[in-house]
Amino acid sequence: MADKKLYLFDNPRNVKIVLYTLYISCGILLLLDFIVHRHTQHRWEELLGFYSIYGFIGCSAIVIGSKWLRGVVERDEDYYTRDELTMTEEEDHVAD
Amino acid sequence: MWPTELPAFVPFFVAALLALVTRGHLRSVLMLSIVTLSGLHLWFLDGDVLVNMQFLEYELAPYRVDSLSIVFGYVFHIAAFVSILFALHIKDTMQHVCGLLYAGSAMGALFAGDLLTLFVFWEILAVSSVFLVWARRTERAYQSGMRYLIIQVGSGVILLGGLLLHVEQTGSLEFDFIGTDHLGGWLILLAFGIKSAFPLLHTWLTDAYPEATPTGTVFLSAFTTKTAIYTLARGYPGTELLIYVGATMACFPIFYAVIQNDLRRVLSYSLINQLGFMVCGIGIGTALAINGAVSHAFVHIIYKSLLFMSMGAVLYRTGKIKATDIGGLYKTMPKTAVLCIIGAASISAFPLFSGFVAKSMIMAAAMKEGYPWIWLVLLLASAGVLKHAGIQIPYFAFFAHDSGIRTSEPPKNMLLAMTIAAFLCLAIGIYPKMLYQLLPFATDFNPYDLTHVLAQTQLLFFAMLAFVWLNLQGVYPPEKVAINLDAEWLYRRFLRRLVEKISSYVQGLDSELKLKVEDRVNWLVTYFAQRHYPTGKGTVIRPTGNMVMYIAILLAAYLWLLLSFPH
Repeated sequence: MADKKLYLFDNPRNVKIVLYTLYISCGILLLLDFIVHRHTQHRWEELLGFYSIYGFIGCSAIVIGSKWLRGVVERDEDYYTRDELTMTEEEDHVAD
Repeated sequence: MWPTELPAFVPFFVAALLALVTRGHLRSVLMLSIVTLSGLHLWFLDGDVLVNMQFLEYELAPYRVDSLSIVFGYVFHIAAFVSILFALHIKDTMQHVCGLLYAGSAMGALFAGDLLTLFVFWEILAVSSVFLVWARRTERAYQSGMRYLIIQVGSGVILLGGLLLHVEQTGSLEFDFIGTDHLGGWLILLAFGIKSAFPLLHTWLTDAYPEATPTGTVFLSAFTTKTAIYTLARGYPGTELLIYVGATMACFPIFYAVIQNDLRRVLSYSLINQLGFMVCGIGIGTALAINGAVSHAFVHIIYKSLLFMSMGAVLYRTGKIKATDIGGLYKTMPKTAVLCIIGAASISAFPLFSGFVAKSMIMAAAMKEGYPWIWLVLLLASAGVLKHAGIQIPYFAFFAHDSGIRTSEPPKNMLLAMTIAAFLCLAIGIYPKMLYQLLPFATDFNPYDLTHVLAQTQLLFFAMLAFVWLNLQGVYPPEKVAINLDAEWLYRRFLRRLVEKISSYVQGLDSELKLKVEDRVNWLVTYFAQRHYPTGKGTVIRPTGNMVMYIAILLAAYLWLLLSFPH
C-alpha cells in the first residue's frame, strides 16, 4: 500500500531551506577570511579562501576521479560469484 | 575486585564461557556486567603493571599495562560494551560467545609484553572473529570468511617467522621498538601491515566486513585493525616509510568508497582511509603525532562503530543495505537517522565532534615536521571523508530517492548502544581535555583556536557545496548495481583462472599418459594371450628328455669351472 503521508522533505520548500542555509553559510565563511586575522604556518594557507577553494575543488576532483575509476573497475554484480557460489543466494532474514 | 596481575583477557574469556551456558536475560546481565567490571578495574589501576614468567630460556611478559596500551584498553572496553549491547537482542549463542572471545583476544594482544604472547593472541583474534562473518550463514559469507581467515592466519605465520628471526638477532622476545634494520623487523612489519590494511594488503577487510552479520561488523570494526595500529605505534614509531603508506591509505579508498553500492562496503573503505591518518601519525613519530594517532584511534573506534551500528540497524530492519535498494528511511527511522548523522559529523571532523579534536593533531604534526605535501594530501583526504562517509552514508540510506520502504526503529538495545556512542562522540568533541589527559604524552594542544576552526569549517562546507552542486548538475555518479574490482581480483579471478588453466593442462597430460600406458598394457595382454592360446608358442609341450639334457649341460659347465679355478 502506498504511503500517502507527507514527510519533512516531501515538501520541496523544506529542501530549499536546507540548500539556502548551506549557500548562505558558505558565503559567510568565505567573508570571514577577510575579517578574521589568521595565524598561518605555511604560505599556501595565506591565500585568501584557500580552504574554501581547496575543499570545493578537492571534492569535485574526487567525484570526477571516482567516475573515471568506475569506468575502469566496474563489473557486473555476479562477476566473482557466478564462479564461486554453488547454490543460489538466499535472502537475508528480515526482522519484523 | 580481582588481583592486579590478572590479565585483562581473562574476564572476557570467563564471560564467553558463561555466555555459552546461560540464556536470556541472565546472559545479557552477565555479559554486560563483566565487561563493565573489567573496564572499571582497568580504570582504577594504579600505575603500570608488568607480569613476568619464564618459558624455556626466554623471559615472557604475558601482561603489561603502560601509558600507550592503557588508552587502547579503555576504548576497547567501551567498544566491547557498546557492541555487546547492540547485539543483545539476537538469540545466536555463537555470536555472543565469539564476540566476547574476539574482544578478549584483542585485549590479550594489546597487553602482551612479548612477541610470543602477541603471536598467540594474534591468531586467536583471527579465528574467533571469522565466526562473526560465518554467522550470517550464507554461502557468500562462508566463502568470504574463508578468504578472511586464510589471510589473517597468514599474517600470524609471517609474524611467527619474523619474531623467530628477531629473537635470533636480538636475543630478546620483548615487544618494544622493533625497527627495520633486519629481515625479522621487516617481516613483523608486514604481518602488522596486513592486519592494519596497508594498500594491496587491505582486501580481506573490504571483502569480509560487509558480509558479516549486522551486529558482527560492529565488533569487527573495532578490534582487529586497531590492535594492529597499536602494535605499529609500539614497534615502528618514526619509520618514515609509514608516512607515505599512511598517505596512500588515506587517499585511494576515497575513490572506491564513492562508487560502492553496498553501504557497509563504503564504511569499510572509509575505515582504511581513517587508518591511513593513524599510520601517517605513527610514521611521523613525534610526541604530538603519536598522541594524534592514538587519540584518532580512540575516537575512530567510537564513531565508526556508531556508523556501522546505524547501517546494521538498517540492514536488520529492511534486510537491505545497497544504496540502490534503500533510501528515504528517515521517514520511519528518524532516531537512527539522527544518530547516524552524529557519527557522520564526527568522522568528517566537524568542530564540536570527536573527529575534529583528534585529526587536527596529526595534521599539525605533519606541518610542523616539514611534510607540507603530506599535509596537503591529508587535507584532501579530510574533504574525501566528508564526501563518502559524512554525506554518502546518511544521504543514500535515509534521504536520496524514496525507496518506498516503510519500517520501524530498531529494538531498544540497538538504539541505546547507538545513543551511548553518539553521546561519547559529542562529549569528546566538546571536552577534548577528557581525551587528552589519557594520552601517552602530556599535551597542552588546543584544537579550538579560531584559525583552525574556521579553516576546517570552510573546508567541509565548501566540500558539501561541491556535493550539492555536482548532484544538481547530475555529474555525481549515481547508485548503481555493480561491483568494483580491487586488488582481490588477483586471487579471486587471476589466480583462479591460472589454477584452472594449469589444472586443465595437467589433466591433459595425465589423460595422454594414461592412454599410452593403457596401450602398452593392452599390447602386453595380447602378447601373452597369443602365446597361450592353442597353437601359441607357450602351449607347446616339451618332453622330459629336454630337461635332462639341460641339466647335463649345466653340470658339465659347473665341472669345467671347478677344474679351471680350484681355489
